Amino acid sequence: MATAPLPPNPDSLLNTSITSELVSTHGLLPEEYEKIKKILDREPTLTELGIFSVMWSEHCSYKNSRPLLKLFPVEKADKNADVGKVLVKAGEENAGVIDIGDGWAIAFKIESHNHPSAVEPFEGAATGVGGIIRDIFTMGARPVLLTNSLRFGELNSKEVKRLFRGVVSGISHYGNCMGIPNLGGDIYFDECYEGNPLVNALCLGVLKHDDIKRGAASGVGNPVYYVGAATGRDGLGGASFASKELTEESQADKSPVQKGDPFMEKLLLEACLEMMAVPGLVVGIQDMGAAGLTCSTCETASRGNAGIEIELDLVPQRESGMNSYEIMLSESQERMLVIIPKGRESEIEEVFEKWDLHAVKVGEVTDGDRMVVKQHGVVVADIPALSLTDDGPVYTREGIEAEGIEELREWTPSELPDVDASSLDSTFRKLIAHPTIASKEWVWKQYDHMVMAGTSVEPGSDAGVVHLNLEGTEKILAISNDCNGRFCFLNPYRGGLISVAECVRNLVCSGARPLSITDNLNFGNPFKLDVYYTLAESIKGLAEGCRAFDLPIVGGNVSLYNETPEGAIDPTPVVSIVGIIESEEHITRQTCRRGDETLILLGGIPNELGGSQYLKLVHDLKTGDAPVVDLEKEKHQNEFVLGEISAGRVVAAHDVSDGGLLVAVAEMLFGEEETYGAKIVLPSSVSEGRLDEALFGESQGRILLAVEPEHIDEVFAAASEASVEAMPLASLSQDGEFSITIGKTNPLMTWKVSEIRSLWGTVIADIMDHENEGEI
Amino acid sequence: MKVAVIQFPGSNCDQDVYHSFARGIGVPTEMIWHKDEQLGEVDLVVIPGGFSYGDYLRCGAIARFSPIMKAVGEYADRGGLILGICNGFQILCEAGLLPGALIRNNCLEYRCMTPHLLIQDSTDTFNRNKIGQIIRLPIGHGEGNYRIDDEGLDRLERNEQILLRYCDEQGNLTEEANPNGSVNNIAGIRNERGNIFGMMPHPDRAFERFHPSMDGLPVMKAVLATKETVTVPI
Amino acid sequence: MKVIVFVTPKKNVLDPQGAAVGHALTSLGFKNLKDVRIGKTIEIEVDGETGPDFSASMDKFCHELLSNPVIEDYRWELAE
Repeated sequence: MATAPLPPNPDSLLNTSITSELVSTHGLLPEEYEKIKKILDREPTLTELGIFSVMWSEHCSYKNSRPLLKLFPVEKADKNADVGKVLVKAGEENAGVIDIGDGWAIAFKIESHNHPSAVEPFEGAATGVGGIIRDIFTMGARPVLLTNSLRFGELNSKEVKRLFRGVVSGISHYGNCMGIPNLGGDIYFDECYEGNPLVNALCLGVLKHDDIKRGAASGVGNPVYYVGAATGRDGLGGASFASKELTEESQADKSPVQKGDPFMEKLLLEACLEMMAVPGLVVGIQDMGAAGLTCSTCETASRGNAGIEIELDLVPQRESGMNSYEIMLSESQERMLVIIPKGRESEIEEVFEKWDLHAVKVGEVTDGDRMVVKQHGVVVADIPALSLTDDGPVYTREGIEAEGIEELREWTPSELPDVDASSLDSTFRKLIAHPTIASKEWVWKQYDHMVMAGTSVEPGSDAGVVHLNLEGTEKILAISNDCNGRFCFLNPYRGGLISVAECVRNLVCSGARPLSITDNLNFGNPFKLDVYYTLAESIKGLAEGCRAFDLPIVGGNVSLYNETPEGAIDPTPVVSIVGIIESEEHITRQTCRRGDETLILLGGIPNELGGSQYLKLVHDLKTGDAPVVDLEKEKHQNEFVLGEISAGRVVAAHDVSDGGLLVAVAEMLFGEEETYGAKIVLPSSVSEGRLDEALFGESQGRILLAVEPEHIDEVFAAASEASVEAMPLASLSQDGEFSITIGKTNPLMTWKVSEIRSLWGTVIADIMDHENEGEI
Repeated sequence: MKVAVIQFPGSNCDQDVYHSFARGIGVPTEMIWHKDEQLGEVDLVVIPGGFSYGDYLRCGAIARFSPIMKAVGEYADRGGLILGICNGFQILCEAGLLPGALIRNNCLEYRCMTPHLLIQDSTDTFNRNKIGQIIRLPIGHGEGNYRIDDEGLDRLERNEQILLRYCDEQGNLTEEANPNGSVNNIAGIRNERGNIFGMMPHPDRAFERFHPSMDGLPVMKAVLATKETVTVPI
Repeated sequence: MKVIVFVTPKKNVLDPQGAAVGHALTSLGFKNLKDVRIGKTIEIEVDGETGPDFSASMDKFCHELLSNPVIEDYRWELAE
């Protein structure tokens, strides 16, 4: 070894030599360890090994997904668009930033907290929300909305109910206290998520173009400040591999779960925004999330092409006797690293004193490229910063599709009994009362979705909508999340494409023009070639969708190893798309408002059944191919819908998705004030094919428009001119009856709509009221 | 007319209250930091909603010891108008400026929704003619379950100190219409003298065209109009 | 020296959390359960004298901050 070893660590327990066992318990491969030795030109210390292990983990380095992520468009193709220009690209900073016009911009991102939520649902979900909020205000943006994408096992066991209740109350606890409206999001219940729930949290903030902040350390001699909560031994369980070797005694004090303090974060948010408003006071700022101090110091140095040196004795500590390994790897929440110009120390300290928060100088920006960490004046880590952020390993594999999936795709329902008059009632009730389809009111009643006084479309519609009053300029944003894991399981490429296309459709139905996208890739173990295959194919599908709708990606998150002893979860590439609504009159909800509307179906009634909720629920089958997607047709149809909305001819619009056509029509009848009846008349040609395909197939590219009698002819004329496939499907009534007829025959079935609504509306609350029942 | 909004650490409806008065009603409105010791010349002090001090210990328990609360107490003694919304209501109860206490919702969960409220004929200090019989205002709280001993409740009822009660669409005071279990469906009260108002519902979330209702405006105006009717002791 | 303060909901005040826990205990098979009340304990570490003056000020702190006399009772004790 050419370079001399570092002096002994002040904590003798850390002066152990690095064994191959230690390397492997840190999740590093032998060749990765060799690379570390080459970079340092000596053996790493245990503290340094810990630092490398977190920075080279999938969470920080995207080592298994980075080459695939390059497929995503990161800039808007249409250079002449009024809005939607990318101001900060994906991967450059904590979150991407998109122009929304008039000098204003948005920063948004989605991030997972799946594994912590599986261990402790309340704190896991709460800290997930806290983490993503910090990512957004680090950019200089004021957070203005939250949403989540959640996945749980079937809601019939005590354990799933416990996880569901815990996650929802954790999200509610953190977001409500922060005072950021939560617009809901999407929730699916499927057995593949049992034991491995998905908790993906999104935050969106607004800022002026001139106020964008960067996470770069520059200016040699500039002080590095630690602000916010003190550091404790939180979250070391995540890195507990080393705990036994460290000390048996400290083990007892260690909490494997990070605990969130939303009050502290609210203060941190206000203090940071106040500090950022002082001209020139912030040189760089970075959130301390996972492995906070490690990640923030080396990333800011690396982005700033500088070195950084910190002294751990100066770091505010909540517990006594913490060693360098523990401090550098702690996942304590609500902390930030800030670099300010030398000489302006009193200004930052004044702001944080007002908010009763720590603001302590822990080090400074140095010449060169090294991240140097000292404790009691002794160097405990000395690493080239860039090696941690840019030189991590990258793996590409050739994925192989799992055996049997191709056969599943080729499956057809020919052997399956079709629904008929006798089974239609029970089938429809099963679907409408399944928690994936049923109303999620139980969830969003617990979220403060009205704080900030800007929410105009509450959770439960195709998209959430907020009004932003920006110093006199008004902007209206819509947001929606989507991903159907079953489609991705059967056909990961098409499933990825559908995630994007369906989410775009949701926004269009709410009157919004989609702007930009963030994604959360939830998959199993990428070392399994079949899992890697689904990851690669889904990304290709997502990327194709992004390009088709010209949606630059602003960043996102990759969560791998979502597995239980039963196997990997269904591939779940969640997307969330933000759109802009030009005028208040264009805001459109999914529910009817009058009772005399006609429902017009766009996109027809194709014969597809693959991957449907119906097959799963009624026949316990996860078979068939994911529905076909015709991107050109969809783009064209979306333009048509936006045109009809802006012409004032659409009362309500709803995307046909989970559960199929019958469910979608029913959902439109459940108005805010009233419940309407409807008479569905299917063309007699439907009786030539399968009825279950017509009623419960989940074919893509379909939108239901509710149109008042006086505009029906105009809408059909416009559709015919635009060559959009449109047909009258149902007429609304005030008689409280919901019926289906094929052609000119007698009704096949008639329901009391109020009964259907009550089933749909209360099923989740009823299940959760009996929390202690079910299989254990 | 001038309105002051007090900001505590953890307040999160301070901006909403500010905009509802400044933009919704159009009265000059200013923010006052909780560490300040003076209120200055104001006609209405609003204590906004949120989670002051994280709602730690009890909602509102720590905020009442903030420096500004001494001035608020003296201002109340002089007959000054005070409105506490949500967490502000909790703070006023903790500070002893309003009777009773707010405990955890009986459903044990946070509730965000827009219930119907029956306006009570609470003498001419909160005139129903200017508001309407049944209104809708959003709520968002986990601890809005109003509690008071029998004697105190008796006094509230007798003195017509109850401003708002949770009701159904027809104005019936049912158990189903009560989102948090409050005694006698109480959603808002005033003190005996008539210068201090507290309510769990948010008039500050009901003043724009796109809000679930615009019933917050008449409620806020009714509070402001009270200024004329409060007698200032010599 | 440590002061432990116990804050409990007053006898006649509804305790929704206690009621829910009581229900859960019953469903888990807790027989002869009459009532559950949930309160909190507050541990305060102190240095030095804990004489009569201390006692009086402890009562004041409990009354003014640590409990809400409208809905809660308190008691405190000294522990090693």
